[in-house]
Amino acid sequence: MDFTLTLLVAAISSGTPLLFATLGGVLSERAGVINLGIEGMMLIGAVMAYILSVTTGSLTLSIAAGMLAAGALGLLHAFLSVSLKANQIVAGLGITLFATGLSSYLGKPYGGQQVPNSIPVLHLNGLDAIPALGKVFGHLNALVWVSFVAVIMIHFYLFKTPWGLHLRSVGDSPSTSDAAGIRVFRYQYAHVIAGSMLCGLAGASLILVFTPSWNDGLTSGRGWIAVALIIFARWNPVRALLCAYLFGAFESLGFRMQLLENAIPPYFLKMMPYLTTIIVLMFVGWRNRNRPNGQPESLGVPYVREQRV
Amino acid sequence: MSGKTVALPGGRWAISVRKDSTLQRTAWWIPLMSVCCALVFSGIFIAMNGISPFLVYGKMLDGAFGSSYGIGETLVKAIPLLLCGLGVSIAYRISVWNIGAEGQLVVGAIAATAVTIYWPDLPAIAAIPLMVVFGFVAGAIWGLFTALPRTHFQVNELITSLMLNYVALLLLNYLVFEPWKDPKGFNFPGSPMFTLAQQLPSIGGSRLHIGFLFALAAVLLYWVFTKHMSWGYELRLLSANPVAARYAGMSINKQIILVMLISGGLSGLAGMAEVSGVTHRLMYGISPGYGYTAIIVAWLAKLNPFGLILSSVLCGAVIVGGYSVQMIGLPSSMALMIQGSILFFLIGGEVLSKYRFTWSNLSDGGR
Repeated sequence: MDFTLTLLVAAISSGTPLLFATLGGVLSERAGVINLGIEGMMLIGAVMAYILSVTTGSLTLSIAAGMLAAGALGLLHAFLSVSLKANQIVAGLGITLFATGLSSYLGKPYGGQQVPNSIPVLHLNGLDAIPALGKVFGHLNALVWVSFVAVIMIHFYLFKTPWGLHLRSVGDSPSTSDAAGIRVFRYQYAHVIAGSMLCGLAGASLILVFTPSWNDGLTSGRGWIAVALIIFARWNPVRALLCAYLFGAFESLGFRMQLLENAIPPYFLKMMPYLTTIIVLMFVGWRNRNRPNGQPESLGVPYVREQRV
Repeated sequence: MSGKTVALPGGRWAISVRKDSTLQRTAWWIPLMSVCCALVFSGIFIAMNGISPFLVYGKMLDGAFGSSYGIGETLVKAIPLLLCGLGVSIAYRISVWNIGAEGQLVVGAIAATAVTIYWPDLPAIAAIPLMVVFGFVAGAIWGLFTALPRTHFQVNELITSLMLNYVALLLLNYLVFEPWKDPKGFNFPGSPMFTLAQQLPSIGGSRLHIGFLFALAAVLLYWVFTKHMSWGYELRLLSANPVAARYAGMSINKQIILVMLISGGLSGLAGMAEVSGVTHRLMYGISPGYGYTAIIVAWLAKLNPFGLILSSVLCGAVIVGGYSVQMIGLPSSMALMIQGSILFFLIGGEVLSKYRFTWSNLSDGGR
């Protein structure tokens, strides 16, 4: 494979955890709830997947554990932000801090062990026949295919089903939705929890595909990059896919430059994803300066039933 | 108003709970209660690992307050927490979500160290003030990097400030592993030790350094400015009613920039105090997450300047206690777990401050 193809494969595989996390965030924010616990949920997902993987060796169990643990944090986030109407930003920060501590506490006894089996690469020979892209599609791991399915399903769900319409209306105007008979709180709970489970899957895919062993703070800010990607993708799942791969490309480009060029210290190459995030967001803000940026109207505003507005 | 009355077992007493949205008093017991609940909650996770939470908390308490050394360490940790906590409190006053105190602290430490690297022979009278200025300005510039994208490109400051934390940490790692590494340091990732003239004097024989004077002075200034000057009034108006503030001719963007300069500067000062007063060199892992803990310090104190002193000592104790549980084989990041749960019990408990609780004696026939 030539350089471009290798980079494309690398961009897709390192963009996939970002994609899962971004999709999770999109689901939650479409219901009007900001989730800043994504980083923590990814960490918990990663550590639970890691523990189950080294103790049982089962991929299914470890992915399920990662998703369930993150889902539990999602339930907590929904309880705080939907039922108790707490400040969603602080609730998310609290969840990230708590999960950072908890994940390193849980992971410590198992530290240093290798994940026995990682997600397999699916060699699909039939696809090799497709010119150019066939080679790329033949070298992707199973979770990448899952992410393709997830994007299509979420897109279909959001824009082609009545539930998706309800969800979007909840995010834009919960009081109107409530008056129209949509169960606002149920929608918010369901999508915050489902979104959190996707973040758990993101963490699990990180440890089962990239890093064979647990270390503290393994996600190194990917959850926060996902928070930025939600804005960049304008709360749209298909755009989320493109944005996640763009960032995946930056990440693997940095890694590759480290191998090729000795002149730039690796520390500066590692800064690239963070600086790119800021620059990209500045570009998005500048481009959208005179028009709405696609953000759900009631994002971050707790809905209080007695105070209809 | 809505509410209900619950009779307690025995039937003589009842507690009635009524929602009262006009309730304005600050509920002082909520921070206290949330700390207790957080300890119980974290205790469940500790117990699940087969370790007695009482043993762990006993060790933490003993480590933080059990000896004069422990108390000194707790206060030493409280200094950067107080400075960063003040910094983020000022920003939170106008709902600017600065979570970049960590990075601002790190660049403050870097800038203060730069003084020792490039002007190694300055006397204390020149070196210390120069380091203070460098630390403050570096933190302020880092804050500006967060403020300007927000004011000019509508970029959410949460993301920029957090991304800049990672950038600052990588910059720190680069410096301590490559150009500024001490050649006599046996491969230790750190700059050369500061000379006596570059160190903040410590008090008595303890590690407590006079940086706490900076912190107390900052608390006092914060109190004076926000309570007794028109600037504090402007900030209050801006957060309460931005539209009215705009009609009154106040510029939210100007305030965001000003607030982020001060917020970043205070964190930068914390970084200066840390290298010059505690570690006496720039080194790998200079901050055990002070910038993140500062968020909890600020919320626990409800942005009150004097409450900040208490909450920073408490969070300092949690960090020191976190170190002392390493002796029984637990990771020090347990401190983060406890801090995180304090935060969500705190904001979850705030809903209770909107309720009025009253006791009534049923046998009297009264309600």
